[in-house]
Amino acid sequence: MKVRKALTGNEAMAEAMRQINPDVIAAYPITPQTEIVQLFSNFVADGKVDTEFVTVESEHSAMSATIGASAAGSRAMTATSSQGMAYMWEVLYIAASMRLPIVMPLVNRALSGPINIHCDHSDAYGARDSGWIQLWAENAQEAYDNLIQAVRIAEHSEVTLPVMVNMDGFIISHGLEIMEAEDDDTIRNFIGVRKPVYHLLNEKEPITMGPLDLQDFYFEHKKQQADAMARSADVIREISKEWKDLTGRSYDMLEEYRMEDAEIAIVALGSTCGTAKVAIDQLREQGVKAGLVKIRVFRPFPKEEIAKALAHTKAVAVMDRAESFADFGGPLFRDVRASLYECDSRPKTISYIYGLGGRDVTLDTITQVYADLQRLVKGEQVPMLNHLGVRD
Amino acid sequence: MADNKKIKPNATAKEIPMAGIITTPGNAKEFKTGDWKTRVPVHIEENCINCLICWVYCPDNAIEVKDGKMVGINLDICKGCGICHNVCPTKIKSIVMKNPD
Amino acid sequence: MAVNLKQLSQKETRLTGGHRACAGCAAPIIVRQILMASDKPVVVGSATGCLEVTTTVYPYTAWNVNFIHNAFENAAATISGVEAAFNSLKRQGKLEGDFNFVAFGGDGGTYDIGFQSLSGAMERGHDMLYVCYDNGAYMNTGIQRSSATPHGANTSTTPAGKESTGKKEYRKDLTQIMAAHNIPYVAQASVSNHRDLIAKAQKAFSIKGPKFLNVLSPCRLGWAYDPEITVPLAQQMVDSCFWPLFEVVDGEWKLTYKPKNKPNIEEWMKKQGRFKHLFRSDEGKQVIAEAQADVDARWEQLLARCGEK
Repeated sequence: MKVRKALTGNEAMAEAMRQINPDVIAAYPITPQTEIVQLFSNFVADGKVDTEFVTVESEHSAMSATIGASAAGSRAMTATSSQGMAYMWEVLYIAASMRLPIVMPLVNRALSGPINIHCDHSDAYGARDSGWIQLWAENAQEAYDNLIQAVRIAEHSEVTLPVMVNMDGFIISHGLEIMEAEDDDTIRNFIGVRKPVYHLLNEKEPITMGPLDLQDFYFEHKKQQADAMARSADVIREISKEWKDLTGRSYDMLEEYRMEDAEIAIVALGSTCGTAKVAIDQLREQGVKAGLVKIRVFRPFPKEEIAKALAHTKAVAVMDRAESFADFGGPLFRDVRASLYECDSRPKTISYIYGLGGRDVTLDTITQVYADLQRLVKGEQVPMLNHLGVRD
Repeated sequence: MADNKKIKPNATAKEIPMAGIITTPGNAKEFKTGDWKTRVPVHIEENCINCLICWVYCPDNAIEVKDGKMVGINLDICKGCGICHNVCPTKIKSIVMKNPD
Repeated sequence: MAVNLKQLSQKETRLTGGHRACAGCAAPIIVRQILMASDKPVVVGSATGCLEVTTTVYPYTAWNVNFIHNAFENAAATISGVEAAFNSLKRQGKLEGDFNFVAFGGDGGTYDIGFQSLSGAMERGHDMLYVCYDNGAYMNTGIQRSSATPHGANTSTTPAGKESTGKKEYRKDLTQIMAAHNIPYVAQASVSNHRDLIAKAQKAFSIKGPKFLNVLSPCRLGWAYDPEITVPLAQQMVDSCFWPLFEVVDGEWKLTYKPKNKPNIEEWMKKQGRFKHLFRSDEGKQVIAEAQADVDARWEQLLARCGEK
């Protein structure tokens, strides 16, 4: 049975975690994720979960202990933001290479420095190549839905990879919205129990995990990981379909908004997509054929879907909420541009770095991007690389 | 994912367990470190009191013990460090180190 | 607790030969002896370091038990996660049996980079034994100094030279720091005294909660000595009171070995290549005198703590 509730993003994540009822959570507080840890502590204190909650002394240990717990065959989770993510960066790679199906909410916040507590995507981008699957949410509903699906994706026998579930700090994490939550039994039946092939608490068949892997086999183990990431796309689609059948809420690798006849489009991640949809509706009333491609799965990258969604457009703006100091736009820009390379006819593609350190992204901000795209279509000059709204 | 117990040197990514997991506990004993040695320990049984001090101090688990008695040295594994000879408490040493022939 | 080698030799070994540690390395001796002391299945975690790289060269493993290596600085956190999983699964009725949880780290992975992870795990009270095999430098990467390196030692980052007598600083007293965590069991042991080491491990395994064991572990490569003398060399270091054997049980300090004679530290320093520069100059001899004074002062302090004076 569904329940409609007014929840903040953090409350929605914590609620999903309560329903998942992981065997172990090892976590460390950091703004803006803190509330998740606090709420979950209350669930533990009130006996609402079976979880062993390990209050570690750092994020590095949070991920390290989560790795230990997952390697021991348990369902293990943690959650973090920004500097916490940066601090656990080393062990993110180890979690993925050990093929541990850890699920982690990442409440996106700008990386220092200078220090800033507000939203951007530099934390998640920093883990882009770590071998984690990355899901992204536009709002608290999607964060909730993604987190639950993430358990199934991570633990699927064709995948066995960790999954990071992104949610914009403050904008979603602290914003209250009406959303639907499923009942506990529905969630528990959906996620089932973890069935690890190998684990450390099987005394009859001891294993060695994390050996020294040299020139002769390291490459083969990396290929296994790459193959699992490639296979995960189909698994994500399959589980999304199952989720839709169960809840009526539909997901895919990406979401196309008014793209069927769009001439200009924005590609983006996270909460900005909601703002873009409103801008599109207004522009459409004025006869502007604007659309949006919202990326839900950033890793593995939905290259074919993107090419298919954008091939017929004339101009595309790719929005990156993080600088990557490449002097060639953000990571999403470069991935989208590369995805279009094989198309027979390609739209003009320009980059916008935007919203850094929580800089507000308003309807006007987005409308300005579509105006730039319209000028580009008319043959006017628009730079390829833009920093949207910065005082320069 | 093949859970093949023994991994061949040219095994492919599809043939080996994922993540570098080793499912053959203690298979290092098949790796011969015996050829590292420059000196060879020789057990002199008549001096030996089976105190097992050599066994408890061998870094390489090369001292073979059966029913509480020292029965030999696994030279395929022994690196010839000489610790067994050194810690041997008998008046005339029960393990001596010799140069290889 | 009685240590009966005949009985212990009946057990299946938990660390096999065929690992790639240097001939005469003390670390595998320590691991074998400690794991002999457990009567339960064990899960072992290891920090990156000599022990880990030499025992798990893929596709070989010297471990006959469940083993995990995660990274350099997080052996304690990793094993604390394994223990948390065990507690959770056991409490929920998803798992049978019982385990001992053990983490091993060298002095680099324990005194230095892994110190925070160790301190956190001990403070949280996990049922685990952390063992440091202290060889007094980063041996795996080529003998760089650590906070466990003795005063005056020549290492690759504190090289002896025209203007240098080796490491300027004195050792961090990690065992004392761990005792200050007020955990149920902290002990210092040495590879030279197997009965003392095995008995301490047995005691540690019999106690529920966090335990810490610091074990002197000579390194024939980094200390530059004949591998045959690993055991007597460590014995001299124990006898000189550079590395006293003691335990702290629920806050009670107790010496477990009283040397009959207390040789000067010179006796073992002169057998180790890492100190040979000290014997060649007046400045070097001064450093030996400083190191001796430091050892003596710490020994007096320990005697007082143990109620021996």
